[in-house]
Amino acid sequence: MTDISASHDVIIIGAGHNGLVCANYLARAGKRVLVLEAAAQTGGLAASRQLDGGFQCAVPHSLPQLQKKLVDDLKLTDFGFRLPDTTLPTVALNPDGKHITITADQLCGASDADTLAYGEFTRLLNRFAKAIEPFWYKSPPRIGSGNWADTLSLGQFGLNLRLLGKQDMAEFMRMIALPAQDLTDEFFDSDLLKAALSWDFVIGNKLAPRSPNNAVLNQLLKLSGDLAGNNRYHTGAVTLFPGGANSLIRAMEQSAQAAGAEILCNASVKRVLMQDQTAVGVELDDGRTYKAHHIVSNADPKTSFFKLLGARHLPIQFAHRIRRNRNRGMVGKLHLGLKNLPHFNQLNNANGRLLIAPSREYIESAFDQAKYGEVSDQLAMEIVIPTLQDPSLAPTGHHLLSAHVQYLPYDIKGGWEEHKPRVLESLLNTLQQYAPTIRESIVSAELLTPKDLEQEYRVDGGHWHHGEFCIDQWWVNRPTYGASQYTTPVTGFYLCGAGSHPGGGIMGAAGHNCAQQILNTGKGAATP
Amino acid sequence: MNVKTTHTTPGLLKSPFYPRLAPFNEAEQWGDWNGYANALFYKDAYTEYFTTRNSCGVYDVSPMCKYRIRGDDAEAMLNRMVTRDVSKQGINKVAYNVWCDDRGKVIDDGTIFRFAQNDFILMCAEPALDWLMLACEGFTAISVHEETEEIAGLALQGPTSCALLKALQLAGVENLTPFEIGQFAFPADNPVTQLTISRTGFTGDLGYELWIAPEHALLLWDQLFARGEPYGLHPYGEESLDMARIEAGFILPEVEFHGALHTVNLDHDHSPFELSLDWMVNLKKPHFNGREALIKEKQQGSPWRLLKLDIPGEKVAENAILYAEKICKTEIGYVTSALNSPVTKANIALAMVKGSHIDKDIFAEIYYQKELRWNRKVRKCTVQQKPFWWPDRGRATPPADY
Repeated sequence: MTDISASHDVIIIGAGHNGLVCANYLARAGKRVLVLEAAAQTGGLAASRQLDGGFQCAVPHSLPQLQKKLVDDLKLTDFGFRLPDTTLPTVALNPDGKHITITADQLCGASDADTLAYGEFTRLLNRFAKAIEPFWYKSPPRIGSGNWADTLSLGQFGLNLRLLGKQDMAEFMRMIALPAQDLTDEFFDSDLLKAALSWDFVIGNKLAPRSPNNAVLNQLLKLSGDLAGNNRYHTGAVTLFPGGANSLIRAMEQSAQAAGAEILCNASVKRVLMQDQTAVGVELDDGRTYKAHHIVSNADPKTSFFKLLGARHLPIQFAHRIRRNRNRGMVGKLHLGLKNLPHFNQLNNANGRLLIAPSREYIESAFDQAKYGEVSDQLAMEIVIPTLQDPSLAPTGHHLLSAHVQYLPYDIKGGWEEHKPRVLESLLNTLQQYAPTIRESIVSAELLTPKDLEQEYRVDGGHWHHGEFCIDQWWVNRPTYGASQYTTPVTGFYLCGAGSHPGGGIMGAAGHNCAQQILNTGKGAATP
Repeated sequence: MNVKTTHTTPGLLKSPFYPRLAPFNEAEQWGDWNGYANALFYKDAYTEYFTTRNSCGVYDVSPMCKYRIRGDDAEAMLNRMVTRDVSKQGINKVAYNVWCDDRGKVIDDGTIFRFAQNDFILMCAEPALDWLMLACEGFTAISVHEETEEIAGLALQGPTSCALLKALQLAGVENLTPFEIGQFAFPADNPVTQLTISRTGFTGDLGYELWIAPEHALLLWDQLFARGEPYGLHPYGEESLDMARIEAGFILPEVEFHGALHTVNLDHDHSPFELSLDWMVNLKKPHFNGREALIKEKQQGSPWRLLKLDIPGEKVAENAILYAEKICKTEIGYVTSALNSPVTKANIALAMVKGSHIDKDIFAEIYYQKELRWNRKVRKCTVQQKPFWWPDRGRATPPADY
């Protein structure tokens, strides 16, 4: 053991939602926890941000992945968080006005054949989601450890798949690596519908409808939440933050503090302090130091290992695998402050998740250009108007338009400073095709590129999930083997962020799992 | 099809010494060492072997990979990479080293030359640049430059090697201690360049390695051979070197062990402990690659151990399988290198033996041919702790003249 006079049991670097969740569980188990956040407020990528003109927004605008377990365990409703009481339909916008409305169990505006196929499509995805559900809130097994818990966990995974039944398991094995393109072709006719359903298979990752391997997994992660009830098929069951991201983050923060965790903002960690190859504390930019028995990083893996810890403390091949981790984001975020509610052609009710993706080719073509460092003039968008749920997010009578935009390359030829005004302009042109009068309503506008996300939120690569969510960076390989059980090759140093299993999205599972790992240390849990 | 290739020279590359080596190579037996023509033997391997034991011989080590590592982080980077403590290595000293992957399995071995606090050369028989680049990750004040083609090298080995160097008027060369590096103006009477001499080698006997700029390589050769005759100087090839190194108990990559980055089967690579390089693993120093795994192996015992075997009879135990009983029932290992040692008059071998059997009986099942007919003998082996050939003259400073 190292000789330290530790002020805390655990220090958590970063008060993103996973850091707050991790702190909360640890504090509830009696640990003395200190959370250090570089920004002026907690929340990380989910922190609320102000848009000129009195609008309040956040990078995530829905929370499909949140589970009731987390809300209950942390008693978030006691701290002002309101569970969503409605789910929003998804509307596939058609330039001609013949939109298709998608809910959890039905389609409106689609052909009879497509409507019938939709039932089977959602049935399968719901079953698959249910089969892998137990593994989100569980540390991945350590392959070849000989540890019975690891073996059991692996066995349970196989068993859960087997319990799908012969036919559905065979379908699972067949479908798991299919591109969204092939999958939607198998079930549906309508190009518009196929594009809308493809959106959820690709959003957030370096994936397009024709990309193989990772689409179904990406979709299943999004189906991990259970607040929308049993039929969780995401495209048809979107839940918004009641009160915005702010209300969830505030509740997480207050709940953690009530449990005894200490949270310091404006406390930017410069580096992890090492002693005898063990992490023993942190040093802040301003020179303050804190010591603890466990140092947990909520930052992305590259920031955690290279910036905070230093590659020289790591095994060579391990460091190389972290360096090779794919973490360049491709999603942009558009926020528009509007004087009034925008009117979309032939759409009576804008209270839904509106998709601008007329065809899969439209999405694919934007992806193709982004791959080569360019930006398409025709980008796909997922739009919600959160002020329809919560008017307090904007001045009276005003509205906020929040849109995820794909695909924006991390590195653009010529640099983002040169191209950002043009890209914003082309986004407004695209919006105008569906909502012709929208320009006249704009009070303020901002576009966040992956580069902006990286700089403003200290996430290397500006990726939603701190790293691609894909088969080779999933489960026992997230972020890579040797660190996929929240422990790392450095004694006393842990990961609790989205770069660890299960991944990104407002979920808190990585924070939960990391806390369990720390609490189990010394109780026979495997150490690396 | 238009195939673009970076190889512009057909066939084998020619070392700076090639113009002098070629006329000696009556057998025209060239092997390939890192793409360079490397003599397997010049005339007769057996005769050439005796130059390293009874007089002196030269071996062209120019194809050796040489990586110049400079910068304030150089020591820390190397120390994280290799198993010995580089911070303890003095300036103008050479240290034999191995480096391991994350699992504590040996990737390769080589020597580190230290010229200054922040100036090193790593030498190894096989390319190691990609591993070096990975190992530099996390270090900033560091540069790695490959100098393989910028330094020509000759190993001068054998009991008369020091005497020959003295005949070249290299003042003080006899004072070099084993693993020490010296710098000499060369040639002594009319210097045109600098000659770096390290008291190192791969024969286990007295010997030096001479390093010089390639454009002066032939000058070095000519000066050596102008005075070499009384000292029995002759070039020797790879086959004779292999005999000498087995006697000295030196391991050879891809013979005694497979580099960990090249094994297909995970358990076909070996730790430094398995290669009986325990003395090189410094578990007292802080984090180095493979340390955790090696600590574990030290506690739990090694699955394999490389042993030196003395075998009765004169049949060479090449490729022999080892057994626990004379009836050859339980396989416990295999011979990696074997030789009928001329200088020790012994039948010797290096062998990989299961860790559980190193203190028990070891029998070698030896196959040999007699006029094409295969015969078989089973011999009980004796484990040798010391190298088969390790003469005091190799360590003496100053070395005696022979």
